[in-house]
Formats: sequence, structure tokens, C-alpha cells
Amino acid sequence: MADFNNIPKEKFKFANKEISHDTALSTKSKSYWGDAFARFCKNKGAVVGAIVVALLMLFAIFGPLFTPYSPSYSDLNYSTALPKLFEDVDFWDGCKDTSANKETFISLYAMGKETGHNAVKRQEFTVDSSSGSTLYYYREDSYHKLGCMYRNIDEETYMQIQEYQNVTGRQVLYPMMSYTDRKNLLAPQDIDNANFWYRTKVSGGKTVAVLADNNDPTSIIPNYNSHEKGSVIEQSLKYNSLRIEGDEFVKDGKTYCYDYARLITDGYEVRVNYFEYYTYVHSYRDKDGITEPYFVFGATAEGKDIYACLSNGARFSFIFGILVAVVNIFVGAIYGAIEGYYGGKMDLILERIVEVLSAVPIMIVITLMKEYLHSSGFIVLFMAYFLTGWIGMAGTTRMQFYRYKNHEYVLAARTLGAKDRRLMWKHIFPNALGTLVTSCALVIPAMIFSEVSMTYLGIINLESSGNLTSVGTLISAGQKCLLSAPFVAMIPSIYLALLMLSFNLFGNGLRDAFNPSLRGAEG
Amino acid sequence: MYMFKYILKRIGLLVMTFCIILLLCFVLIKALPIVIQAGYGEDSNLIYLRLEARGYITDLVYDQSGNIIGFSNVPIMTQLGTYLHRIFAEGDFGVGVNMPEYSGRDVLDVFGENLPPTILINVYSTLIGVPIGLGFGVLAALKKNKWQDQIVNVFIILLVSLPSIVLGLIIQFVFCYKLDWFPMVMETGYDYLSWPMFVSMLPAVFALCLGSIAGYARYTRAELSEVLTSEFMLLARTKGLTRGQATFRHAMRNAMVVIFPSILSEFVSVLSGSLIIENMFSIPGVGRLYLSSITAQDYDFFMFLSGFYVLVGLLATIVIDISYGFIDPRIRMGSAKTNG
Repeated sequence: MADFNNIPKEKFKFANKEISHDTALSTKSKSYWGDAFARFCKNKGAVVGAIVVALLMLFAIFGPLFTPYSPSYSDLNYSTALPKLFEDVDFWDGCKDTSANKETFISLYAMGKETGHNAVKRQEFTVDSSSGSTLYYYREDSYHKLGCMYRNIDEETYMQIQEYQNVTGRQVLYPMMSYTDRKNLLAPQDIDNANFWYRTKVSGGKTVAVLADNNDPTSIIPNYNSHEKGSVIEQSLKYNSLRIEGDEFVKDGKTYCYDYARLITDGYEVRVNYFEYYTYVHSYRDKDGITEPYFVFGATAEGKDIYACLSNGARFSFIFGILVAVVNIFVGAIYGAIEGYYGGKMDLILERIVEVLSAVPIMIVITLMKEYLHSSGFIVLFMAYFLTGWIGMAGTTRMQFYRYKNHEYVLAARTLGAKDRRLMWKHIFPNALGTLVTSCALVIPAMIFSEVSMTYLGIINLESSGNLTSVGTLISAGQKCLLSAPFVAMIPSIYLALLMLSFNLFGNGLRDAFNPSLRGAEG
Repeated sequence: MYMFKYILKRIGLLVMTFCIILLLCFVLIKALPIVIQAGYGEDSNLIYLRLEARGYITDLVYDQSGNIIGFSNVPIMTQLGTYLHRIFAEGDFGVGVNMPEYSGRDVLDVFGENLPPTILINVYSTLIGVPIGLGFGVLAALKKNKWQDQIVNVFIILLVSLPSIVLGLIIQFVFCYKLDWFPMVMETGYDYLSWPMFVSMLPAVFALCLGSIAGYARYTRAELSEVLTSEFMLLARTKGLTRGQATFRHAMRNAMVVIFPSILSEFVSVLSGSLIIENMFSIPGVGRLYLSSITAQDYDFFMFLSGFYVLVGLLATIVIDISYGFIDPRIRMGSAKTNG
């Protein structure tokens, strides 16, 4: 072998001193990504899809900030409260058109008449007695139809409510009906119903209103319990706050006023307007940011705020989808690269592992994970999809590696002394990047849908681990009251459908944009 | 002969993969602590004794009042031995333990009871879905880029994207409740072929087949429109065939090479039932059984059904490959070693 390393420099000379240059390209160069982007923008469906995906993502990021409610909050009294956004129009206002018989109507009408919180919207109604029985048609407000309730409270709370009333000028406590009247004038099932503040009688096992004018259902007569001003009772009731209109009347030369509480063994029984009481509890006592009950998308049967559940669920979905996709791309790319680059025995062994793993149904993985981790929360979901989710990505990368590893430019790089690692990541891997990005856009919705299905089936319960919830849990809860409150299931369903549709359009557009084999074959 | 060898090889691999997965499952399940959940009014002693009789636990410990309070575990490999012996020697896959409905009942019997609804719904869905899907696909391909095609395309993208949960809910709400055409849930009873039973299955069938209609239509459209532009179609027209003859005798046959395996594999894979649809429409099928065996941690059921699901999944993949070879003799699966 001749000693090539030590040939003296002066022995070399240029064969041709005039190096000929190619003429510079006169057109503007177009990068791979720029080209893909231009192709993507041509596809209108894909652009719309991308915009909707972006909007839904914004909703997931910022949505939870706009509501004081959290997914763990619930108030059974507002079970299936209707969606409410507007106050004055007859649309999305938390009300529904309904009809009822006379007694039901009177009790609702009376609520508005007493407290100003109209259970019958604007106190407007029409009467229809054409079909024999009289029916009242009106718009029922699902936030005010609770009316009043009896509450047993201790003295401290009692004083605090009075203080709240004095500070804000909002009436929470309303006068009581006398306890004897409650027992005598109300049917047994109605004794604890605080909405009978007017004169009633029991007829046929039911409580019936006694009207001043029998043809006018609005002519109800108040039936409050009262005591003489300055008497012992007044001192024992310790009420020194707002009074309703018509309080303090003079009869036989004595001044009377209404009872706002009833002494019981350990505190007071009071009659609260639930809407105002709720406002007091949240804005004054707990100070948790909630003011009035106000559910933009309504409430579930358990009284959870759908907006809060949906936006938090969406946030979890996106975090889950993106995180799993990123981890899977990472793992899949490395695995696939090793398989594809080294090939041969290595490929054979690694492929068998993939084959076995991919044949295991995800349900088995999740069940076993659940048992081993003693949890049914989000950790199981992440682990299960980390374990098997990368297989598709590995396949894609492997294919691309097989396709490019024998190309001349790779050979050239190897001749120049590039190491395996450099060849893999600098020279071959960028070819797989476009396909990986595309599959990422299709994997994220698939992951989100798996997450929703698992929570819908109840196999995963995110609510067990902290302040989380999922769209699937919400839909499953909504399905249980599909007939009485269809919006509970429909609102998350619309979200899910929109998400899947836009992600599909977006992903398909991306695939077309990155797939060079489609070049010139539009349409 | 070549095909025969290829099929044998694939089946061999399938059996191997299947055994590895099930072995892993068995070991992982048996390594877990045993769960005993006596149903309402059920004697937990009975469950212990049942587990002992099956060779899963041993050395029961009794307290003074005769209740069983403790036991020792049997080594997992011994359990596996007993389990396999029972299966191969007696065809006995175990009995229900923790599911109150199926407590003490033979796994195979219960499975046999739950299979018909799942299969029926799947068969109905294929019977409805395939012709409609292919029909729309052919229409779209023949009228490519015309308004018919646009409409079919919009429906395809809508139905492919809509998740089965949403589709099921819409069907349940609109057709079962608002229009009242169908009952909300499936009829009970075992008379699966009666008319009311058929009607009560329809919502679930629709929920299942709408998605596959869109899938078939998309597939057919893509394949057929590619075949329609190939040169032998021109030849077929020049030699005097009408457009219909050319399309159905030549183009469809070639397009079916790709479409048919997908129908077959979908048929096999949906055999395992859709957990979501079965859950939503209260269909007493295999999916529901699987779900409740998971919630109740009834391991004999879980093992058997996991095996069933793994097998169905594996079969679906090799059915595609093998059917390619039968439909189109030009394709020789697994022959020439191509890159990738």
C-alpha cells in the first residue's frame, strides 16, 4: 500500500483553473414547508377546519377562566337548570314554554308576586279552557321556580343574613306562615313546602289556594304570621332588618308586624328565597366568586355547571391528546428509526414485539393498569396510551427509513464519514417529518375520542382524581336524563362532533398538503 | 400451493401471538390480589369454595362462626396448568364469581347467550350498510366533481367524523323519543328473530352502520374513480360495451379487490361488538358482558372475553391479507421482499 497520507502538497495542481458555475436560479426558491402551506391554504375545508380547531383550543385554554364554577361544584336544587345567557329576550334565557293546571300555576305565579323573582316570566300568561279543563300557558323560569324554602339555621348565620340584607338591600328572609296553619291548611305532603305563603285549604288530599276572586288566579291572599310590635315575641325573634312591603299594619289600635323566623330548639327556622339565599351563601358567606346562579349551558341532573364541566373537560382532552401525541411521536420516531435503519435481525425482533403489543386490545391494557395502579384516574389513561399509542408512528417512520436509507445522497454522506446517528437524524429523518406531522393531526382527535369513550363507558373516572372531569362523563350523565333535559347530553355532543369534524378536515388537508404524490393531481 | 403455505405461516404466527398475549394476561391477572364481591344475599363462603374448587386458592381459614376469613395463593404456573387442563380436557372455561347475574354459571354458556344479539346487530348492519355504501360510492365516482358527488362527499365527511356516541344519541333522541318510531332500548327475551325484536334493534343497527356506510362510500369512490380512468376501460368502451356494462363488469371488479377485504375485516372486527353502542342501547351483547366483567373484576370472564377479543382482532388482520390473494391472483402476499 502506498503512503497516501504523506503526499507533499506541491504535487497537487488544479486540472482546470476556470471553475464553471451554474447560472443562478432566476425564480424564487420555494421551501418544502412553504409549498405545503400554500397547498394547505388552497383547500378551503381544511382552512375552516383549522380555524374551528383553533377556536375550540382557545375555548379549552381560556374557557374555564370565565366561569366561577368548577367541575366539582354541584347544587342539587338547580338540577337540570336550563341554559341561560340573556335576560330580556325569550331565547336562551333559562326558561321554557310550558302549560299547567290552575294550582301549579298559582303556586308559581305567587312566587313572583311575593318576591319579585318571577317563576312565570314577566308574570305573563294565557288561559285556555277550550278543551274542558283550564290550562295556563306561560314561560317557566327554571332559576326562580324553586321559590322559597325552609332552612334551619343557627343564630350566627341568622345574624349574618340580616347583616347581608342590611348591607346589600336584598331581601333573603321572607315572613313565615304560622306553624299551626301549616299543619291545618296544607296537605301532609306540603308541610315543608315553603311556597304556600297565601291562604290555602285542603281539598281532596291536595292543597288548594283560597282566592279573593275565584275567577282571577292572581288574587291570592297573604297568610303571614304576625306579632304585636314591642312584644316578647319580637325580642325573641331578634329580627332587625329589611321588611317586605305591607309589613307593619295597624289593627285594633295595635301595630303588628310579620314573623321572619320561628324559634326551634337549636336556632331558627327561616323561610328563604332560594335564589337570594344562594347569592348570599356564595357571595357573602363563602366568597367563592359565584354571585347569582347563572349557568350559560345549563346544569346537569346532579346540578353541575355544564359550561364549567365542558370547558375543563375540553382542556383535559386537549392536554391529553397533545401530550400523548408528542410522546408517541418521540418514542415512535426513535423506535421506527432503529427498526428501519438497521433492518435485518433487529427489525425482525422489534417487529415481533410491535405485533404482539398492537394485538392487545386497549381495554385489556386499561383494565390491567387500573388494577395495578389502584386508580381509575387520568394516570391510567396516560400510561395505557403511552404503552401502545406509538406503534402507528413507529410504522410510519420505519417505512420512510426503508425508503430513503439506500438513496445516493445517504451513501454520499456515509462516504464523507457521517456517523450512523447523523445519517439517521440529519439525512433520513427529515423525510419522515411531514408524514409524522400529518399523522399527529389525525392522532390527536383519535386520542381525544378514545378518552371520551373510556370516560363515557365509566372505565375511567377522572372525577375520582381531583378537580377534573371529562366530556365523556358529561355525555354519559346527560344520557340518563335525555328525555327530561336533552340539552345536558346535546351540548357536549355538539362540542365533540364539531371537534372531530374540524380535526378531520384539518388533518385531511394537512395530509394532502404534505403528500407530494398528489402533486399536480388536484380534484 | 403457494397460497396454502402462506396461509399456514400466517396462522402459525397468529397462534403464537395469541398465546403470548394470553399468557401475559393470565400471569398479570393472577398476580393481582383476588377480589371477592358477594352479591346481595349471597354467601361469600360459596365464592371462596368455588375459587378453591377451581384451584385458584387453597388452605382456607375458618373463624369460629364458620366464615372463611383467609386463604393461601396457589403458584401462578400451577393455576395456569389447571386452567389449561380444564380447557383442553373438559372444555371448561370457568364460572362466574363476582358478577351477581352470572354467579356460578359457566362462562361458555353465558357467552353463548350474549353472542346472538351482537352477531345479529352486526349482520343487519352489514346487510344495510354494504349496498348503500357501495351505491353512494359508485354514484359519486361516476358523477365525479358534479353536484351528486359534492353532496355524497359532504355526507361522507360528516358521517365519518361524527363519533358513534353522538350518532347514537341523536338517533335515540330523534327517532326513539321525538318521533317514537322505535323503542328506547332493546326488547328483553331470547326470541331474537321476532319482528318486535328486529324493530327494537334497528336504532343500534343504524348507529353502527351509518359510520360504515360512509367508510364504504369513501373507499368505493376513491378506488372506482381511479379504475375508471385506466386504459382498459377505454378499450372496453371501444369494443362496444355500454357504460353500465363497462363499469360493472370491468371497473367494479377491479375496485372490489380493495373494497371486499375491508368489508370482510370490518365484519370480523365488529363481531366483537361496539362497546359504546351496546352500552347506549342496552343490548345484552358481548361488549356489555365484557364491560361488566371488568367492573366486577370477574377474572374467568375477563380472561375468556379478552381471548375472544384478541382472536377477533388478529383474525381481522389476516383475513384481509389472505382475501387479497383469493380475489386477485396477481397479488401474492408476502412474496417478493419489498422495501418496507
